[in-house]
Amino acid sequence: MSISNETVEKIASLSKLKIDEGKLDETRNEFNKILDWMAQLDEVDTDGVEPLVSVNAQNLVCREDVVTDGNKKAEILANAPASEFGYFSVPKVVE
Amino acid sequence: MAEYVIETPKGKWEIVCGLEIHCQIISKSKIFSGASTEFGDDANENVSFVDAGMPGMLPVLNKECVRQAVKTGLGLNAKINKYSVFSRKNYFYPDTPQNYQITQFEYPLVGEGEIFVDLKDGSTRRIGIERIHIEQDAAKSIHDLNPKKSYIDLNRAGVGLMEIVTKPDFRSPEEVGEFLKKLRSIVRYLGTCDGNMDEGSMRCDASISVRPLGSHELRPRAEVKNVNSVKFAMQAVEFEAKRQIELYENGETMQQQTRHFNQTDGSTKFLRLKEFSDDYRYFPEPDLPPLVLDDAFIEDVKKEMVELPDAKKARFVKDMGLTAYDASVLCENKETADFFEKAAKGHDAKKVANWMMGDFFAMLNAKRLPLEKSPVTPEMLGQLVDLITSNVINGKTAKDVFAIMAETGENPEKIVEEKGWKQVTDTGAIESLIDKILAANPDNVAAYKAGKVNLMGWFVGQVMKESKGTANPAMVNQILKQKLG
Amino acid sequence: MSELTKLTIAEALNGLKEKKFSAKELTEAYVHKMDENRRFNAYVSETPEIALKAAEIADKNYAAGTPRALEGIPLGIKDLFCTKGVRTTACSHIIDNFVPPYESTVTGHLFNAGAVCLGKLSMDEFAMGGSNENSCFGPVINPWSKDVPLVPGGSSGGSAAAVCAEMCAAATGTDTGGSIRQPAAFCGIVGVKPTYGRCSRYGIMAFASSLDQAGPMGKDVRDCAILLKIMAGYDEKDSTSARKEVPDFEKVLGQDIKGLKIGIPAEYRPEGLNKEIADAWDKATAILKARGAEIVDISLPHTKYALPVYYIIAPAEASSNLARYDGIRYGNRVDGAHVDDVYVNTRTQGFGKEVKRRIMIGTYVLSAGYYDAYYVKAQKVRRLIQNDFNEAFKRCDVILTPTSPTTAFPIGDKAMMENPLNMYLNDVFTVSVNLAGLPAMSLPIGLASNGLPLGMQLISRAFDEETMFKAAYALEQDAGFKRK
Repeated sequence: MSISNETVEKIASLSKLKIDEGKLDETRNEFNKILDWMAQLDEVDTDGVEPLVSVNAQNLVCREDVVTDGNKKAEILANAPASEFGYFSVPKVVE
Repeated sequence: MAEYVIETPKGKWEIVCGLEIHCQIISKSKIFSGASTEFGDDANENVSFVDAGMPGMLPVLNKECVRQAVKTGLGLNAKINKYSVFSRKNYFYPDTPQNYQITQFEYPLVGEGEIFVDLKDGSTRRIGIERIHIEQDAAKSIHDLNPKKSYIDLNRAGVGLMEIVTKPDFRSPEEVGEFLKKLRSIVRYLGTCDGNMDEGSMRCDASISVRPLGSHELRPRAEVKNVNSVKFAMQAVEFEAKRQIELYENGETMQQQTRHFNQTDGSTKFLRLKEFSDDYRYFPEPDLPPLVLDDAFIEDVKKEMVELPDAKKARFVKDMGLTAYDASVLCENKETADFFEKAAKGHDAKKVANWMMGDFFAMLNAKRLPLEKSPVTPEMLGQLVDLITSNVINGKTAKDVFAIMAETGENPEKIVEEKGWKQVTDTGAIESLIDKILAANPDNVAAYKAGKVNLMGWFVGQVMKESKGTANPAMVNQILKQKLG
Repeated sequence: MSELTKLTIAEALNGLKEKKFSAKELTEAYVHKMDENRRFNAYVSETPEIALKAAEIADKNYAAGTPRALEGIPLGIKDLFCTKGVRTTACSHIIDNFVPPYESTVTGHLFNAGAVCLGKLSMDEFAMGGSNENSCFGPVINPWSKDVPLVPGGSSGGSAAAVCAEMCAAATGTDTGGSIRQPAAFCGIVGVKPTYGRCSRYGIMAFASSLDQAGPMGKDVRDCAILLKIMAGYDEKDSTSARKEVPDFEKVLGQDIKGLKIGIPAEYRPEGLNKEIADAWDKATAILKARGAEIVDISLPHTKYALPVYYIIAPAEASSNLARYDGIRYGNRVDGAHVDDVYVNTRTQGFGKEVKRRIMIGTYVLSAGYYDAYYVKAQKVRRLIQNDFNEAFKRCDVILTPTSPTTAFPIGDKAMMENPLNMYLNDVFTVSVNLAGLPAMSLPIGLASNGLPLGMQLISRAFDEETMFKAAYALEQDAGFKRK
């Protein structure tokens, strides 16, 4: 399966990344090389095989409904590149 | 079933609509962290490192959120899936701290169920529930504090949500409205969501399409966001259906899209096409193994189930003799139904219902009081009805007694006693009152006997007046008739 | 007292208990070594003040006769573990200023046991790489290098180099596809990747959640056994951590391995396998056999598919795990007019080349239309790989393989630089274990003719690290490898 420059750009956009100027072809070629290599999995007969989702067969253990956390605004905001009035701040979001 | 058809000069159309309702789960702590779900605290106070999506932080599932969703599922007659899986829904947005939402996709916690809605024409419609899954709520963005910036408050981030997805079973705005009321009523009965649409603890998106009446095709749909009240949901469905019909009738087509509901004028506005931007790249959440429930857990939740509005309503009709309408009004919320049951216990249930739906609700409305602040207790209302049925007071006096109860919160028996409003039911006493009136009005007696029978009302009035309203009107009538021959 | 840094943890603990030297002296010796060996570029943050303060406390505890299990042992910490109040960067520009307000469970266990934190160790950015060349702080030099600077392996390259050059008594590492074992092999030290779920992942910056495991990297097998006991254990903050008792791994060291069945998988000896690696493998097999172990030929038929499976699953999970680095709540922001520009600018400038490559691959294999062909297919083959091991472990107790198909290669190697696939092939012997969630370790077996260490890998059943440690200890005893 070969992918196009357009697909590479779509994938970049979904990843919130920008392909460097003039590097689109190179990126696409590299991508295709990797995808070709992955295509060897097509040889494997996986009919009726259940995908492995969780490697150790343990079930989810739940927590009791108790408030044990919070009230640490200063620590939550300490690493923020921009914050004001106790909020994280970003350029205006318009939907 | 009343068919809802949109008729234009060019043809007849039918609405096809499904809803997605996000209900905030009532729990003390968030679905994947130990931070409080309290609403209204200072920005970013109820936030753990997990909620903030800090590096290396991991989700741990809150059992109560599972329990609440299972309970809701049982309340909607739905299949509880003992095996369910959490998935990540990937998208970048400032109110989603991890830039993915932990939700359920292929294997939801709750499967198919149903809700019955009662329509104005007396018919009942079944609306199918497709699934309920649990997931984390997003943060809140504040846009109005700064013209150039948006601010993010993570307090709501990670609060548990149940997303209830219906089948595309709605055919009219009324069905949508009644469904939302019924769902709200059910989750409130169950105590799994407070159902306050205006506060955003219950939020609704509607997927709307139209088709020519009689056809079974499914045309591209518009997903309308932000329809956050019963009225808005009904408006949105109506507006959007008409808009789409106009498009089709003008020979245009429509692509699947997302639209925004405008609360000020009831219109919908184009947001984006459903395509690339909605490639959410769901995959199983590797931080959480599958959720496996055992029978004991589900049985345990079953034991906590309360009687739901439909069952309660049926019982009120069957066992207490209420009309279907009265029963459904009284059952809309559990507090009212409980108040009624307490008031009706050992008294005339139908009369209690009449009083609640009449003077009682009117009084609460006039005083702008919630039920729990009512000065008239259920016991007092029951007593008042007893005073009427046992002929201690008559209906008219009862209204006066009720007015005083509403002002003072006093016991009706005491009021009647103090005011001396006890109804006169002693035949001798009533006879002497009547004799007095007849003796004082010989002309009218003669006129009556000459055939002017409509004077009866006048005589009754005079006797009642003479008794200061305490005479039993039925007895007055009866004795007057005897005396006047 | 430069001799102090030569001591293993077991020896150092004895010396401290017997008051032959103080924890302060031990720590100072290591701090001195860190200075002396700065050219290897192993540390990205050094915390000598914190270390010396902890050493003082350790000395008090020794004086009071109440030392904890690791009292006064100076450790280096891979910069993927969040350490409270100490900058943690994953060696990425995108968060190179991040100071966690919390401690990872594993480092918490170590420090609560009295270990002393010397600083944070370099690694490939977000643990993606096999050479440590992807660190935003520059490459780490393998202390075995002679004329040409060699890579220490990766991603835990700083950890391996620091242990090798005695810049810490031992170090923590993480292993997603070989990130503990391959650098351990390249630097001639011992590295253990425990069973998935043995160590909590809480507070470790996630690369691929279903594969990541923390583990110890030390001078010898015993040190790793001592450390793992303290690092491991159920943690209610990590839903994938196992509710299993942690055995005393040290106790099994020296136990007889007579009759132990050692599996030799045919698929790990492909045509063209480096002859010296093959010889070393034979040597290791012979040692175990001489000790009375039974050698069993086994087959892991899906081995050749492990790499592509890994390079689908790991990037898929990474693409999602790394979405949180967006310049809003922490890390460096590169501004823009709209939020979307902030995302794109921050991430494009903040992430390095390999990380961006894997994010994009991961995004692609999860995207609509490709999910089944790539991700689901990979998860199915992953099940077959796990089944292979289940079958094999019906016939043997431990599996013995080489750790890596090569010895350490030069920094800036052209073939590796030009084609990422060449770099990925380094993981060929290690990734299967992560996919199956099994425990494995690497230990040095000898030197190749180029004078560089060769590593052997031992793999055991899930939660049976004890058997693996037992075999490794026997192998170590008779291999006669001399630490650098």
